[in-house]
Amino acid sequence: MAKGICIFAELTPEKTLAGVTLELINKARELSQKLNGEEVSALLITGETDLNHIFDELSKAGADHIWLVQDPKLVQYSTDLYAKAACDVVAQKDPSIMLIGATTMGRDLAPRISSKLDTGLTADCTEIDINEKGQLASTRPTFGGDLMATILCKKFPQMASVRPKVMPKPAMNIDKKADVENIQIDFSNTPVRTELIEFVKNIQSDTARIEESEVIVAGGKGLRNAQNFKMLEELATLLGGSLGASRCAVDAGWCEHSVQVGQTGKTVTPKIYIACGISGAIQHLAGMNSSDIIIAINKDPKAPIFSVASYGIVGDVFEIVPKLIDELKNRKGL
Amino acid sequence: MKIIVCIKQVPDTADIRWTENNTMVREGVESIINPFDEYAIETALRIKDENPETTITVLTMGPPQAEEILKRAIAMGCDEGILVTDRKFAGADTQATSRTLATTIKEKAGDFDLIICGQFAIDGDTAQTGPSIAQHLDLPQVTYAKEALLIHQNKILVTKETEYGTEKIKMQLPGLICTIKCDYNPRKSTIVGSMKAQDTIIPHYSMEDVGLSPDSVGIKGSPTYVSKAFRPAQREAGEKIEGTADEIAVLLADSLKDLGVLK
Repeated sequence: MAKGICIFAELTPEKTLAGVTLELINKARELSQKLNGEEVSALLITGETDLNHIFDELSKAGADHIWLVQDPKLVQYSTDLYAKAACDVVAQKDPSIMLIGATTMGRDLAPRISSKLDTGLTADCTEIDINEKGQLASTRPTFGGDLMATILCKKFPQMASVRPKVMPKPAMNIDKKADVENIQIDFSNTPVRTELIEFVKNIQSDTARIEESEVIVAGGKGLRNAQNFKMLEELATLLGGSLGASRCAVDAGWCEHSVQVGQTGKTVTPKIYIACGISGAIQHLAGMNSSDIIIAINKDPKAPIFSVASYGIVGDVFEIVPKLIDELKNRKGL
Repeated sequence: MKIIVCIKQVPDTADIRWTENNTMVREGVESIINPFDEYAIETALRIKDENPETTITVLTMGPPQAEEILKRAIAMGCDEGILVTDRKFAGADTQATSRTLATTIKEKAGDFDLIICGQFAIDGDTAQTGPSIAQHLDLPQVTYAKEALLIHQNKILVTKETEYGTEKIKMQLPGLICTIKCDYNPRKSTIVGSMKAQDTIIPHYSMEDVGLSPDSVGIKGSPTYVSKAFRPAQREAGEKIEGTADEIAVLLADSLKDLGVLK
């Protein structure tokens, strides 16, 4: 009988735990209470050897066990090897629930595991719970957030990938060491068919990655050219946030696609989203309308962005943003 | 070189309206090729531009009228289309869908070197069908691809975008890639292409034609099911801030301070 909750522990390129992993362990603790205290295990697949700080963080977040697959072959993420390791461990340990962060790595790996184990996987959930029958109930947005669906799974493990930053982070105050179990995986029959030959890190001077930002200052068609994005970058930096852009601005070549927000770009959920010169096409709204606070600055009072804005300012971005930058600098004593 | 591009017919998001029972209003909704799949098609066509002996087959699972998007793909420059269609496929989740597509590829598409899928469909947004097809066919994969260059008869160099940066990954063929939005735009159909599309006969295959059983497709073959669907609370417009640019700047700075982002 399948039992327990397994969390895939993702490591970033800097070999630190991805934020979503801790969010998931925290959530799993809550689910565990509704499952008569079933245990929470973190599946850590890695080539690293210095792992004490990782074990420590997983423990403090609330993991009961760490299932460790450690092999020099696993230093770089490889779909072939990681899927093999995860499938073998899950088949052996038989958890009833498996949760993975809906990151590029998680969304690459999770469907390989679910298809191999012939079970169900719900993608990019924003809410997970245990229903009255003890099943995992995963809720996710579809149609760009227009419709929410709660999805159940008939097989085990019940799998879900979960969107980063929608669930609270743990207090990191659990004073119990998770036990670490080394699991050997035989990779001799697993061909590695991809090879990472180059990695160019995003250059993001002072600003954080858009997915992790608490504040996003985004610009659209109203910014008119690439040069004008400099002032948005300055504003973002003053607020400790990062730059975003609408599809128009990216298609015009003013910004990189990596900062595009919306249906064909990123879905973001910052505390504050400042939309400058963005009209707010439905495709853009789909990527940002879960932000806590939306501030919109646009010349056109009829722009759809105002229908979702917590604070709507009908005005000229080129007048207001520079004044705001000055005001913020003054207050900061800069 | 033989490439298979898996595409999906989706409703144009801008047209979507909902009834009180959370079902979609179908009237007046235009069907389009899923935007990410257009990049998949373009990526395949670019490989064909460089390697003219390449043939491209587009594949979709859907109702009989989904044949139309296959014709559009042929008008863009793809060579042939396959439609796998059966009422029994209704209600399929990503596991049943990927099994149906993978089986169709195995049974009907012949040998291939590369499969390209769009990373997401804008209606379901799961990003699972591509990797699941790769798993069913035991293929290597690269997801979040924004460019792919054939560098050898059996190797492809894929540029992948992650949260952290850009990777270049060499993948052995046969293999599968999933495309995000690329730096290049999908091409338009040509007149010659449209004429060719008109003349092309698209085979329709049923569940039995591809050798699947009723238990492995549609709702029956899907491990997941929707227990409820609901519209999220709609955001309401908040306050309007009015005044001169100076006044607005002060008000905004105050609000930002109250929100705790001005340290």
